[in-house]
Formats: sequence, C-alpha cells, structure tokens
Amino acid sequence: MNYFYFPLEEWTNLFVNQWLLPVMGGFFNTISNLLGAFIDAVTNLLIVVPPEIITIVLILLSWKIAGKGIALFTLIGCLYLGSVDLWDPAMQTVAIVVVSTLVSIIIGIPIGILAAISDIIDQIVRPILDFMQTLPSFVYLIPAILLFGLGGVPAVIATFIFATPPAVRMTSLGIKQVPSDVIEASRAFGSTRWQLLIKVQLPLALSTIMAGVNQTIMLALSMAVIASMIGAPGLGSTVLSGISTVNVGLGLAGGLGIVVLAIILDRITQGLGRKA
Amino acid sequence: MNKIEVKNLTKVFGSHPQQGLKRLKNGEAKAEILDKTGMTVGVNQASFEVKAGEFFVIMGLSGSGKSTLIRLVNRLIEPTDGEVLIDGEDIIKMESTELRETRRKRLSMVFQNFGLLPHRTVLDNVAYGLEIQGVDKEKRIKKAEESIIDVGLKGYKDSYPKELSGGMQQRVGLARALANNTDILLMDEAFSALDPIIRKDMQDELLSLQDKLDKTILFITHDLDEALKLGDRIAIMKEGQIVQVGSPEEILENPANEYVSNFVKDVDRSKVLVASHVMKKPEVLMTYKDGPRVAVRKMEEAEASSIFVVDKEKNYKGLLTIDDAIKAYKEEIPLEQVLNTKVQEVLPDTPLHELIGIAAEAKYPLAVIENGKLLGIISRISILSGLVLGKENEEAVTP
Repeated sequence: MNYFYFPLEEWTNLFVNQWLLPVMGGFFNTISNLLGAFIDAVTNLLIVVPPEIITIVLILLSWKIAGKGIALFTLIGCLYLGSVDLWDPAMQTVAIVVVSTLVSIIIGIPIGILAAISDIIDQIVRPILDFMQTLPSFVYLIPAILLFGLGGVPAVIATFIFATPPAVRMTSLGIKQVPSDVIEASRAFGSTRWQLLIKVQLPLALSTIMAGVNQTIMLALSMAVIASMIGAPGLGSTVLSGISTVNVGLGLAGGLGIVVLAIILDRITQGLGRKA
Repeated sequence: MNKIEVKNLTKVFGSHPQQGLKRLKNGEAKAEILDKTGMTVGVNQASFEVKAGEFFVIMGLSGSGKSTLIRLVNRLIEPTDGEVLIDGEDIIKMESTELRETRRKRLSMVFQNFGLLPHRTVLDNVAYGLEIQGVDKEKRIKKAEESIIDVGLKGYKDSYPKELSGGMQQRVGLARALANNTDILLMDEAFSALDPIIRKDMQDELLSLQDKLDKTILFITHDLDEALKLGDRIAIMKEGQIVQVGSPEEILENPANEYVSNFVKDVDRSKVLVASHVMKKPEVLMTYKDGPRVAVRKMEEAEASSIFVVDKEKNYKGLLTIDDAIKAYKEEIPLEQVLNTKVQEVLPDTPLHELIGIAAEAKYPLAVIENGKLLGIISRISILSGLVLGKENEEAVTP
C-alpha cells in the first residue's frame, strides 16, 4: 500500500524541534511554572494539614452528601491509607487529580456550553474530543515531557487531555436536553441570551454537568499510574516501583490506595450531582 | 384603538421561504406547495385585529397553524412576511433590545405545557419575568405574591412545580404572566392539557379575572366549546388561513363556509346563547301613574294576563297580573300594593342552559334586569325557540 511516503514522523519532529520548542518554549515555561506552583500549593496544603483533620472533613462531607455507608467507608479507607504508610503519596495523587480536574472543568465546561449553543463549534469540537479520548496516552506523554519537563506538571497536562472530554460532552448534552418549552417560556418573557443560560439552562443541566465532572475525576485518577511514568509523584509511582521491582505486595498496596480514593471521590461527586 | 393588529402574516417553514411566499401570493394551496417544494406553510396571510380589553380566540384543529400564529405575534418564531402591530408598533421590525422590552412590558404568555422552571419554587417562577427585568427583590416578591393570590394559589408559594397538579401548575403559569402586568396576554392552548372539570374551573376563573383586570387576551384553542364560551370574538383557522372572524353568535348563525358550518353544527347552543340573545322587548309597559283601568286595557290589547311595570326612569318595579289589577280596581287600592315583586330576575349574560331550569319552575316570564332597568323578558317559548333557531324570535311573545 505504500504508493508514496508520508513523512509524518520527520515533519512532526521538525515542527517540535524547530518551532514549538524554540519559539513557544517561553510560553510553555510560564504555564509550567504557574501549574507547578499551583500543584505544589495544593500538595503542601494536603500534607501539612494533619491526616486526622482531612479524614474528619472527608467523613463529614461524604456523610452529608452520600450517606452513612460511604462515611463509614471513608473512615476505613483513610485508616487503610495511613496504616500502609501511603498517606503522603495518596495526598500527592489527590493534589494532581484536584488540579487537573479544575483545569479540565475551567476549560471544558465553557467549551461544552459553546458547543451546545453553536452547531459550528460543536462540529469543530467533536472530532477534537474523539482525538483526545482515543489517542493512546503514551503518545502525548512524550511531547508533554519535552514541553513541560518531568514531574507533576506534564502529568496534569496529560491528565487534562485524557479527562476533559466527558466534561465538555456532558455539559453540552445537559444544556441540549433542557426542555424546549422551558426555554421558549423564558424567551417569551424577554430573557437575554445570558439570562437564559445562567437562570435556566445551566441550573437545569447541572446534574448532567456534575455527572461529567464525576467522570473527569475518575479518568484523572485512572491516569495516576500512567502519569507516574513521567515522574508524577503519588500512589502511581508506588505502583510503578512495585512493578519495576516485581514487588507484588507494594503494587497491591498502592493499587488498593487508588481504588479507595476513587470510591470516595466518586461517591461524593455523584452525590453532588444528585443534589443538583 | 387596536391593541394587536396582524396584517398578512405568513410563515413558511423550509429551505426557501421566500419562494413559498410567492407561491402563496399566487394563490397556491398549502398542500400544493408541500407537494412541489417540500416546504410547510405554517400561517398563510393571516390578518385580524384585537381591540383593547377584548378576549379574542383563535380556534383551529391541530396543524391549522394556530400555535405558529401566536408565536409569530411575540416573534418566538420569525415570520416570513407581514406585520404585527403591538400598540401600533411593528414587532417584526424591532431590534433585539426593543423586542425584549416589548416582551417584558407588553406581552406575556401562558403555555400549553406550562413551561415552568422545575428548579424554582412557585414564587420564584412567578417572579421570573420581573427578575429578568432587574426589578429589585422585595418589589418583585411582593408583586409575585399578589399574582399568586389572584390565581388562587395562596399557601403554595414555596412548593415546586412537580409537587402541584396540572391545573395548579397552569395557575402558576397564569400568575407568572399576570405578575409582569402587561396589557396583553397570549395564551397558547392554556387549558388543553387539563382535565375537563379543572378546565371548566380555569375558564370561569379566567373570565372573572378578565372582568377584574381588563387584559387584552389572545387565546388559542382547538376546542370550539371553549372558544365560544370565552371569546368576545373568534377567528377560525384552517390550513394556516383565517377562514372567519366573528362573535360566537355570528359564527354559529352565519358560518362563512362549509368548513365552519360543519364545525359548529354539533355545538350545544344552550352553552353559547345567553339571556340577552333570546329575550324579548316587553310589549306592554306602564308607569305607575296609569292606574288599574289603563293596566287592564293594555293587557286586553296585548291579549296577555300580566304586565311588567316600570317607573318613569324605566326602573323595574314588578309584575301586575290581570286578577290583581281587577282587584285593585274594585277595591280602589294603589297598584303598588298588588304588584308582584317576586318574579324571577336574571342577568342579561345568564347562559341559556341555566335559564332552562329557572324558567321551568317560574310561573311568569323571567325579567332580564341590569342595574335596576328592565331590558327584556324571557318566556319558556323564547328559550325553546332560542335553542332550536339560535337567535331572537321576531314574533312577539307576550306575557
């Protein structure tokens, strides 16, 4: 089938080495520094605050939002993380999840809103989202290292690419699903476009949007192990060192830690979605 | 002055609406255009006007374009051609800000499926129109609470729409429209989703609200009985066109074409006609001063056994029977003392079906009285002839 040769590899490398790095390097450095500072701040906060206090806050949150059972599970889960001596890595993972989820939401929800309102934007965004979701994550880990170095920042960027699509899609879906008679009524009373969005569409789409946020968080967590390959600290790197030293026990301890975090975060955000 | 004036309003749905419009103007029919171009004609050159304070009903079967028509009036749907003058201003030509102001201040709308915001309480739903106008909270809450009381939902202001029955939800929709204090109310099949009994209640309440608030109402319905009951005037729509505009009686008595006459032939006239339609001008009247001799002679001339009595200002006094008149003559007592004042009195807008029951029990003709004046009399014969023939029987029916 090779009727002609398509030098995608050479061109891509040329583009990255000749233009992206020298010309855009400063720009990426700024982003890198900002994100890095943000990740550090969140990580430090989570590590400085005593585990007991974080545990109590989590228990209260899950009790209020998701009920007694989940509150009990949160207690057991936190005790587990402490007792296998993985509290600090767990908090590092949470920090990266929190930061990348925030970035995903801040960028993803407005794009989702625009895609719901404008068919043109929807048609542009859709293939990009397909691309982001199906491209193997290792492929963008490489440029992420080139552009942002090793550590938490490229992990957040890679996680952002992996975890943003559900936020965009669910926001768009939620807004499109708002019943047309409600929108018509709002227009008939003289709403502006903005009032319609803020007072009608977003509140009615909120539970769907929250389901998207929940998915974003879950995907961010599942990215934790892969991201540890580019130097992201946390439970992922615990699992990774378990794999590389064939230490089944360490791998299991770290892996279970991720599952514990996943369940707690999932139930809390799902509960938020139901309340909305 | 006309509150709403619609001139040659047309809506063609499809890829080339202007082309469809041209075909319509050439007299092509809706089905023909659909066949040839695939475009759907929603409204075809409709014209009508609604006077201030008038209750105007647009009646048509589903697919007749009535819901499109009402949405063209507040431009929820952009028309293909024509004018809609609201207080003399063409809403079609308005810029978006102006259009918004018009929707906020002049037109409010009630929807078939209520269109309530499920995440807001009744109070916040009703206050929505004022909220988006930027009215401050205290003021809009106060106004919303008044409207809620007006529609009979006192005590439900903190409920959510899904906690209410359909009828109550539509009351919320009505309160929301009233809270905006616009002169014009657009009501799109407002009661069609409700159970018959609740629907009747809502109709009655809307009529009494209309008496109180004196809005200009444009009401859409597919139910002829509802149209005849509510409308001061009715427009009948078919295939996007208005085929007849007229008062309920005009529609019933002089259907413009076969379509309308087919429509109205099964109507229960007793619900449409009211006392003033079937009453007769009393043939013999007399003032008090005339005395019993004159009374007896007048009854003799009219070949009647009783006579209604009014004073000089035509204020209704009562009924005098021949026996009483003779008694007064013989015993030389004043007519006032023998006058029968217990005759059944009815108002001119009492519906015929209520009159039937009253007339069946009454010994004498019914007196139609408004503000103390005797407008006319109704005998059993005039009720029956009204039911059969539908309008005033020219022959005199004397008491």
